[in-house]
Amino acid sequence: MGALGAYGLRLQRKRYRYRALKRRRQLTTVADRTGALRPDDIVLVTTLRNEKVRLPYFLRYYRQLGIGQFLVVDNGSTDGSREYLADQPDVSLWSTEASYKRSRYGMDWMNALLSRYCQRRWALTVDVDEFFIYPFCDTRSLGALTDWLSASSIRSFGALIVDMYPRGPVDAEAYRAGQNPFEIAAWFDSGNYTISRNPKFGNLWIQGGPRARVFFAEEPALAPALNKIPLVRWERRFAYVSSTHNILPRGLNRVYDEWGGEKASGCLLHAKFLDTFAEKSAEEMVRKQHYAASREYRAYERAAGGNPQLWCEWSEKYVNWQQMETLGLMSKGNWA
Amino acid sequence: MTVGFIMLVHEPLERARQVARHWAAAGCPIMIHVDKAVPARVFDAFRRDLEDLPNIRFSARHRCEWGTFSLVDATQTAAQAMLEAFPDLQHVFLASGSCLPLRPVGELRDYLAKHADTDFIESVTTTDVPWTIGGLDSERFDFSFPFSWKRHRYLFDRWVRLQRLVGRRRPIPEGLQPHLGSQWWCLTRKTLEAILGDARRGVFERYFRRVWIPDESYFQTLTRLHARRIESRSLTLSKFDFQGKPHIFYDDHLQLLRRSDCFVARKIWPRANRLYDSFLNTPAFEDPAANPNPGQIDQIFARAVDRRTRGRPGLYMQSRFPNWDWENGKTAAPYGMLCGFGDLCEAFPQWLSRTIGCRAHGHLFAPERVEFAGNLTTFAGGLSGDARLRDYSPQAFLTNLIWNTRGERQCFLYGARDNQQIQRFVCADPNAHISIVTGAWAVPLFQSGRPFGEARAEAAALQKIEAAFLKRLRAPQTRARVRIWTMAEFLENPAEPLLTIAADLGGALRPPLAEMPHLRNLDGFDTFVQALRNEGMHPHLMGELPVSQPSDAARRSARRATR
Repeated sequence: MGALGAYGLRLQRKRYRYRALKRRRQLTTVADRTGALRPDDIVLVTTLRNEKVRLPYFLRYYRQLGIGQFLVVDNGSTDGSREYLADQPDVSLWSTEASYKRSRYGMDWMNALLSRYCQRRWALTVDVDEFFIYPFCDTRSLGALTDWLSASSIRSFGALIVDMYPRGPVDAEAYRAGQNPFEIAAWFDSGNYTISRNPKFGNLWIQGGPRARVFFAEEPALAPALNKIPLVRWERRFAYVSSTHNILPRGLNRVYDEWGGEKASGCLLHAKFLDTFAEKSAEEMVRKQHYAASREYRAYERAAGGNPQLWCEWSEKYVNWQQMETLGLMSKGNWA
Repeated sequence: MTVGFIMLVHEPLERARQVARHWAAAGCPIMIHVDKAVPARVFDAFRRDLEDLPNIRFSARHRCEWGTFSLVDATQTAAQAMLEAFPDLQHVFLASGSCLPLRPVGELRDYLAKHADTDFIESVTTTDVPWTIGGLDSERFDFSFPFSWKRHRYLFDRWVRLQRLVGRRRPIPEGLQPHLGSQWWCLTRKTLEAILGDARRGVFERYFRRVWIPDESYFQTLTRLHARRIESRSLTLSKFDFQGKPHIFYDDHLQLLRRSDCFVARKIWPRANRLYDSFLNTPAFEDPAANPNPGQIDQIFARAVDRRTRGRPGLYMQSRFPNWDWENGKTAAPYGMLCGFGDLCEAFPQWLSRTIGCRAHGHLFAPERVEFAGNLTTFAGGLSGDARLRDYSPQAFLTNLIWNTRGERQCFLYGARDNQQIQRFVCADPNAHISIVTGAWAVPLFQSGRPFGEARAEAAALQKIEAAFLKRLRAPQTRARVRIWTMAEFLENPAEPLLTIAADLGGALRPPLAEMPHLRNLDGFDTFVQALRNEGMHPHLMGELPVSQPSDAARRSARRATR
C-alpha cells in the first residue's frame, strides 16, 4: 500500500471517529454505571432492538466468561428490553430512536462508546445472538486470554461467525427466555468456508456456512461475511469500519498468519436461526434498516418463506471448543 | 545445611507474598528483591505484611529492565546480602514472583542434600542452542547493546545492523567461554561466593554490562569457572514460546504440573487460584525422591510452538491463511486426480472404490454439478454440490474437501470439460497424484451421437484444453506426482495403468487385482477418429490407435491381469 492509500485510510478512520462523535449525541443515557468500571475490567459493547427473550441467557453467559460491564445501546425496543437492562447492576444503557442504518448499522454508536469508555481496555463487541468461544474457554476466564494477549503484545483477536441451526425447520422448537439457544440450534457447517484477502483493509474475507449453502448458491459473492474481530484492546484512535468485520488502523486486521503458522483465534457461535428468526426477518423486510437493503433478509424470504431448513446429513453437532479447534475453525495458536 | 531463596519480584505482589510466606513457613531463609519501579507505598505495605517472618529479608532495590544488566545487579545484590545474612546456607535458589513451588520444601532439601556439591544451572555454549531470539546468538557476546530493546527499538536494531556490517567482535575477557541458559538457577554457596568474590569481577562485569540479556549468561558463564560439579539444567520448570516469552501455567495444567515432579514452575497466571491453592496447601507427591521429569509439559509446549510456526498442513482458516508456497502442505492428505479413465471404463469410480477402498468421486469439477460419490448433493463438512458455489473458489472447494475427509483417501475424475481453474493449484501440490490417459475425451463424444460437425468442433476445443493441461503437467515447477499414458498405450494393455494407479493410490495393494473395470464398447471408434482426421482435425493426443477392433485386444489383456 502506497503513502496515498495509507493516507486515504487515515482520513477514512478520522471520518468514522468524527461520525461517532456526532452520533453520540443521538444517545440518551438511561443508566450510566461506567463510574464503577475498574481499570482491568473487560467490557462488552452491543446494540440491540427488541431482544428481551435473548437477554437473560446472553448476560449470564458473558458474566460467567468474565465480562466486567455491559455497554448497551437500545435502538427503540418496544418489548421491555430497555426496562430489563436498566435494572441490571452491571449494564450501562443508552437509548436512541435514531436510524440504525444511518448510524452505519450501529457502528457509529459502538465506536462512540468504545472511544469514550474503553480507552486502553479490552473490549468485546458482539451482537446479542453471538456467543464468543475461545481456546480453553471452559477452564480459563476471558481475563486469562486478554492477559496472555497483552503479554504477547497482541492487540486484536479474531473470531469466525459460526451459524448454528436446529435439526429440522428453524421454527420447530420455541426458544424460552433464559434457555441456552444451542440446546435447540446445536448444528453447524464445519468445512465449507471460502477465504480471500481484502486488499484495502488487509483483513480476511470469509464466506460460507449454511447461509451460503442454502441462500446464496446463485450469487455466492453476495453471501454474508463471517470474519470478525470482536476483541480489541481499544484505543481512542481505533474505529470499526464495517460491523466488526474490519477495523482501522489496518494492522489490527492482521489476526491471521501468512507464513504457514496459526495464530490463536476463537469463534462466535451465532444463534440467529431460532424460532424468533421468521418474525425478525419479516420485520426487517419492512423496516429496511439492514445492510445492503436487507439483501440477506430478502434471500431468506425467497428461499423458504422465512422458515428455511438448514440441516443436512453432513451437519456437525456442537460439543465444545476442542471440537472447533480439531475441525480447524479456530486455533490455540501458541497458547498452551 | 539448608536452601535459601532469592525472589526477584515486581507487581503484582500478591502471589509473591503468598509464595514467600509458604517458603518461610517451611523454615527457608528468603531474600526478596523488589523492583524499584514498584511505588514506595506498595512496597512498604508488602514489607509490613511479611514483617512477622524473621527469615524474610529485603535487599537494596534496583530498577530492572528486561534484557539489561540491571537484573544481574539485582541478583548480585540479593545474593551478597543473602550469603552475609545466612551463613549456614548450602544452596541458593533464584526464583521470581511468579514462581510456584510444586513440591514440599522438605523434598527439595533432601534432594539438594544428596547433591551437596552440585550447581543446578542450565549452561550451554551458543553454538548448541537454537532458541535465542531475533537471530542474536553468538552476536549477543560479540556486539554491545547500549540501547534499550523495549524503549528504543529503532536504535537497537540500527546499532545491531551496523555492528554486523563492520563485523564487530568485542574482546571477551581471558578465560571466559560464553555460556547461555535459563535465568533461574540453584547454586551452591561455594560457587556463589567464588563468583561474587572473584578478583576479576570488575573486568567481567564491565564486559557483561554490554552483553545482550546478561541474566541468561552472566552466572551461566562464570559458574563454568568456579563450579566443582555442574548439572546443566534448571530446577525451575520454565518454557518459552517462539518469541522467547515464557509460557504461562493455568488451572488446567494442574495434573501435568503434579506429574512433572519438578520443584518449582514459572510462570503462573496470577489468577490461577486452583494452582496456588492446591500446591501451597496440600502438596502430595507419590514419590518424594522422584527426579524432575517435565517430558509431558515439554511436549505440549513444543506442539504449541509448532502450531504457531508451522501450523496444520492443508488448513486454511481465519487465523491461518498462508501465502502461496508457504503452506507447509497445500492440502491435508494425498489424493488422486484421474483423467480419462472414466471415459474409457464403465463405472470407474465404483471400481476404484471397491478395489482400493477409497472415496472415489465422479467429476468433482463438472460444469453442471459436483459429482460427489454416491450422487450426494452435499458432502463432508457441508460442502455444497452446487457448481456455482464450487466455482466461486475452486481451490477452497478442493482444500476443504481434502481437509474434511482426513483419514479417508479421496479420488476424483477430471477432464477437459471440467473447471480448469484448479490446475495451477493441483499441479503445485505434492499431495496430488495425477494420472492421465490422453485423448480419452473423444470417447464420450463418439458415444454421444451428436451431429458430427458439432462433435468435431468440441473435439478440437477439448484437445486444445488438454494439450494446455499436459504442458502444465510436464512443466518443471509441477510438484504433483504425474503419470501420463496415451489412449493407445492404455488400450494396448489397460491392466498396466490400472494396476499402477491402484497401487499408487491404494498403498500396499499388490496384483493380481480381484476384478477389472469394464471397458466401454469402442467398436467403430477408429472410424470416428478417422472421420475427424478427414475433416481436417488432427487428434494428436491419443497416440497411434490400432486400426481394427481395439476393444478385443483390450478385453483380452484385461482378462490376463485378473487371472
